[in-house]
Amino acid sequence: MCGIAGVCHSDDAKGDPRLLRKMISLVRHRGPDDSGVYSDHGIGLAHARLSIIDLSTGQQPMHNEDRSLWITFNGEIFNYVELRQELLQSGHRFATQSDTEVILHLYEEEGEDCVRMMNGQWGFALWDSRQRKLFLSRDRLGVRPLFYASVGNDLVFGSEIKSILAHPGVPRELDLVGLDQVFTFWCTVPPRTIFRGIHELPPGHSLTFKDGELTLHRYWQLDFDASAGNGTSEQEHAERLQDLLLDATRIRLRSDVPVGAYLSGGLDSTIITALINRVSTTSLRTFSIGFSAKELDESTFQREAIAFLNTAHSQISCDYPDIARTFPEVIWHTEKPVIRAAPVPMFLLSKLVWDAGFKVVLTGEGADEVFGGYDIYKEAKIRRFWAEQPESKHRSRLLRRLYPYQSKLQQQSDVYLQSFFRARPEDLESPFFSHLPRWDLTSRLKVFFSEDVRTALGDYDCQLELASCLPPTFSRWDGFSQAQYLETTFLLPGYILSSQGDRVGMAHSVEARHPFLDYRIVELGARMPPHLKMKVLNEKYILKRAFGHLLPPAVLNRPKQPYRAPDGKSFFARTTPEYVHELLSPETVKADGVFDFASVNRLVDKFKTGRAIGVKDDMALVGILSTQILLRQFIEEFELGGLSCGKLTMSCAAS
Amino acid sequence: MRQIDHELRRFVVDNFLYGRDNGFSDDDSMLGMGIIDSTGTLELVSFLEKKYDIVVEDSDLLPQNLDSVARLTQFTRRKLEQKQATGECSARREPVHSE
Repeated sequence: MCGIAGVCHSDDAKGDPRLLRKMISLVRHRGPDDSGVYSDHGIGLAHARLSIIDLSTGQQPMHNEDRSLWITFNGEIFNYVELRQELLQSGHRFATQSDTEVILHLYEEEGEDCVRMMNGQWGFALWDSRQRKLFLSRDRLGVRPLFYASVGNDLVFGSEIKSILAHPGVPRELDLVGLDQVFTFWCTVPPRTIFRGIHELPPGHSLTFKDGELTLHRYWQLDFDASAGNGTSEQEHAERLQDLLLDATRIRLRSDVPVGAYLSGGLDSTIITALINRVSTTSLRTFSIGFSAKELDESTFQREAIAFLNTAHSQISCDYPDIARTFPEVIWHTEKPVIRAAPVPMFLLSKLVWDAGFKVVLTGEGADEVFGGYDIYKEAKIRRFWAEQPESKHRSRLLRRLYPYQSKLQQQSDVYLQSFFRARPEDLESPFFSHLPRWDLTSRLKVFFSEDVRTALGDYDCQLELASCLPPTFSRWDGFSQAQYLETTFLLPGYILSSQGDRVGMAHSVEARHPFLDYRIVELGARMPPHLKMKVLNEKYILKRAFGHLLPPAVLNRPKQPYRAPDGKSFFARTTPEYVHELLSPETVKADGVFDFASVNRLVDKFKTGRAIGVKDDMALVGILSTQILLRQFIEEFELGGLSCGKLTMSCAAS
Repeated sequence: MRQIDHELRRFVVDNFLYGRDNGFSDDDSMLGMGIIDSTGTLELVSFLEKKYDIVVEDSDLLPQNLDSVARLTQFTRRKLEQKQATGECSARREPVHSE
């Protein structure tokens, strides 16, 4: 795993090594082992290396035999062994043992279609000097990041936005539409980012840049076809899943350094850990987070899993002040506002992994998206079922089955519960039926936007924009598949795999690999009937059916609990860090101009006086504070190169 | 007579709209307008109990009591009247007990 950056000129100008070194130095955390720069007429490529495969000869940027192709590559091609074998048979000669070189030869053979044959997680830039063409590509699900911006007639790109902002021609401005999207969907809709003029290459896309012209090309599309599995029995589905997930896990253990695993005590990571045990002979090291807040802590289940699977385990404990202390540094890595503080513990966890001498971990990420584990699917199913017979008392009583871990919701009377979850008649026709409650709730945070921001946004409707991104077949899918598509296509890459994944892992040079996000598994899931994913209200049924025998009963039979972390309260629990006072003060908020200072002041007051008990207040505080930090770090004080985040963190320690 | 309706509206605006009165009417459904979320009712009840020293029973937690400023006002007035009646009642009874 690594970091990449570069500039492609539309003319014959030579890549500026000094600029390239500056750009790549900002993502040094992604690859502290080595760095390299390649510069020629028309191109400059830079690379920061985290050595995982072929430790001795895998340096980058790397070229092919005749130096006509150059690549800077972030990621892993897990099927590189098989691809290499095929390429050797076709007469290709390799100078290294790395997966990077496989991409070069595969490109020679297949051109831009090479990515269709790759099974992995990547963001890379390949310079084809003969055609004078730059080829950028990102993996299907968006595990690895890749951003770009047009500067004059040139293209600037990088694994992280900070490398792009280091280019003197790139303006540093907040994109207000991006902000509106984050305060609705929790993430931006690619190619838009939170910074004006800086774009995210959408997952499953490639980009070519030639003669100053930029072309975006989708090479993979998640497509649901629940009827495809009609002739297949439940047993056959389970067996196919067993075989594929074992293989997905096996190829993700390919590494020349030791591989560990995240073990949360939930179903998904326990399945992956059990599968690793089946294909690996060495003893496995696992890692987890524990919370001092009991309602969030899963240590009991972690202990069950550790004992059952016999792993050597390390746990990091996370308390409210840890969140407040670390938050500014985390935002330096997420590069976008967050609505929840949940990325912070993941950041602390990757430090634990790195300190233990590990660079690679396998995780259970993706299972909830692919096999219907999230509460949002259950909620949508119950709401739709109830809406079909709105007078049914029996159906409305099912609402009690939702969010059993949210005590405040459970305290509500039946009548109020029904009011919260009742579907409006027009909602039933919406392509976003499943996600409307979440988006409506998050959108209410926009009450904090300043008049200037509201005026600038005018009547912009981010749901309309999202609707225009849906595939033509979307309207033909069942509701469950539609919900899965929305979750997998937008929130997964935009938040789960980025703010809570790659960015906080790579902050400590830790690469995560996700067997459930092997595209073969994702496609298998998309062809499975919904009732195998959620049987009545039993989520991830097929996973339990296929892998239950590998799990401790306590984990198999436990109620589903999503990963959550302490939110707004963290910043006011005991002491409030100085940076929080400063960034949320009426003077600062007014000067920054994004939020209404009087409203923010009322919110802060609610927290100070212990009156903030709702999820909306929590999301508002985390969203506003992270935006304020972002403004400080990336727009006002960017030349400090992240040092302002150090300053903020230190002000926290001193308070 | 206390301006209960003003106090309640002010609480709703300050607490749920963070001071930004969007011009909703006292008869508007706060659920329908998205002013109140799932924990909002709990905040509301906690405010009523503290501010007016009344007890809101579980059986009172109904939209017809709480879901608009007008309904809230009626509900609070009713509760205050009940309290007063009970208080007067016990005040009258006290001497009887003391005898």
